[in-house]
Amino acid sequence: MRLFRHELKGELLLYVRSRELAFFTFLLPMIFFLLLASVYGNDRIKSEGNVRSAPFLQAGMIGYGAISIAFAGLAIVVVIRREAGILKRLRATPLPAPVYLIALLSAFLAAFAVEVVGLLLLGRLFFSIGFPGRPLSLALALILGAVAFCGLGIGLTAVIKSAEGASAVVNAIYLPMAFICGAFFSPHSYPAFLRAIAAVLPLTYFLRLIRNVMLHGHEIWSQGTNVAVLAAWGIGGLLVAARSFRWEPTEG
Amino acid sequence: MSELAIEVRGLRKAYGGLEAVRGIDFDVRRGEVFGLLGPNGAGKTTTVEILEGYRSRDAGQVEVLGVDPAEAGGEWRERIGVVLQSSAMYETLTVAEMLSLFAGYYARPRPVDEVVELVGLKEKRDDRVRRLSGGQRRRLDLGIALVGDPELIFLDEPTTGFDPHARRQAWETLRSLRGLGKTIVLTTHYLDEAERLADRVGVLRSGEIVAVGPPSQLIGSTRATEIRYRDNGREVVLETDEPTRVLHELTAKAIAENRELEGLVVRRPSLEDVYLSLTEEQAE
Repeated sequence: MRLFRHELKGELLLYVRSRELAFFTFLLPMIFFLLLASVYGNDRIKSEGNVRSAPFLQAGMIGYGAISIAFAGLAIVVVIRREAGILKRLRATPLPAPVYLIALLSAFLAAFAVEVVGLLLLGRLFFSIGFPGRPLSLALALILGAVAFCGLGIGLTAVIKSAEGASAVVNAIYLPMAFICGAFFSPHSYPAFLRAIAAVLPLTYFLRLIRNVMLHGHEIWSQGTNVAVLAAWGIGGLLVAARSFRWEPTEG
Repeated sequence: MSELAIEVRGLRKAYGGLEAVRGIDFDVRRGEVFGLLGPNGAGKTTTVEILEGYRSRDAGQVEVLGVDPAEAGGEWRERIGVVLQSSAMYETLTVAEMLSLFAGYYARPRPVDEVVELVGLKEKRDDRVRRLSGGQRRRLDLGIALVGDPELIFLDEPTTGFDPHARRQAWETLRSLRGLGKTIVLTTHYLDEAERLADRVGVLRSGEIVAVGPPSQLIGSTRATEIRYRDNGREVVLETDEPTRVLHELTAKAIAENRELEGLVVRRPSLEDVYLSLTEEQAE
């Protein structure tokens, strides 16, 4: 426990110190929210039950934040550390591997928690969005989603071979996913082939889950399909990670 | 407690069809600096990484501080320090933050400021790692390996890529470690480094140990002193175990004949000569 607290503190310091992480994974979702909600926040979205755009977008940016922090940020950090030899060096210390990994995930989950609070406060301050009416369900949904995307992020590191390739591969996955799954716009007006892709991707189910909870007042236990698909993706990622996670740099 | 820090018997390791280590034996005593010397690809890093617990072995017995590294846990890791070939650091932390982070992994760490001083980074204490020079990073590497106050330290090519000045500084630091009573295992392909730092040296060639002993003994055991001069433009090389007598006779004769011994050189073989003669069959 002492080791966990120590490592978590270190990881949080490292997170705060990294400008790239702080900007791309942390600030960008809030900036997008402010920009887009200022432009069309008061429009009504007919295909989404006539909800106002601002809260729809707020939930979308929470989903976007989840994949940028827990999936993209985590995967990039792990690959960079692995290729630089930091993970290898850590293996020579008494710090147990599970403690390290759990502390690392916790730091990213903490960053995501702050992100969510930030988006909720911005919504309240600038777009008169009330705080969510189902806080327990929302908290559970957010934890489920963040952990699932962490699992996918860790699993993805197995297929990335170099530190230089990390951002390229990760960006090529998570940015299109954010658009296709409807983090920025309602996906109902998308062409059929995009909707077919979206029907497979985990972010679709996470977005449905949190929008149902935040916009329509559903509880998480009424969201069986969304919860199951999201959890299955997360478990899949963790299984890949358990089989092929590497501590040492990729060799020449 | 055993007098040996490391005991290796019949160690073997192959990658695919390539035998990197072919049945080697050696011991490292407590408190000594042991150098594993050999050209690139001789099996130094493979050997050390097996001792550090990074790699499995195919055959043989290995005990490091009385424990088989393949089965060692956190308690054993409290007692060893490792400096890898590449300097892996968190670039955004300061020197002191980096050391504090690693100190926290150990039950009984050495105070961070003491380590900073020991590796000569006092002026850089609050600088970010990314601002350090190559030599300074290497010293911080060493500091990270020392911060847990280990009994045994592994250094894999600690000065590769250094300029002569930085290398000399690193040697000073390593000598001060011996003063702390640490056992040190270092790999190097620099002969002068092994000669100056190591109490004993094991020479590796193509995965086999071809000689073990103190540098002076390795030198003494092979070749006699060499005397060279030119006689009417003809190069003369004498090898002798009695350099004083031979040289005296030679110069007395030359003086009697009122002749100059052109290009006279008296040379003790260096570890380099020994090393080259031991490893030269390896030329591929």
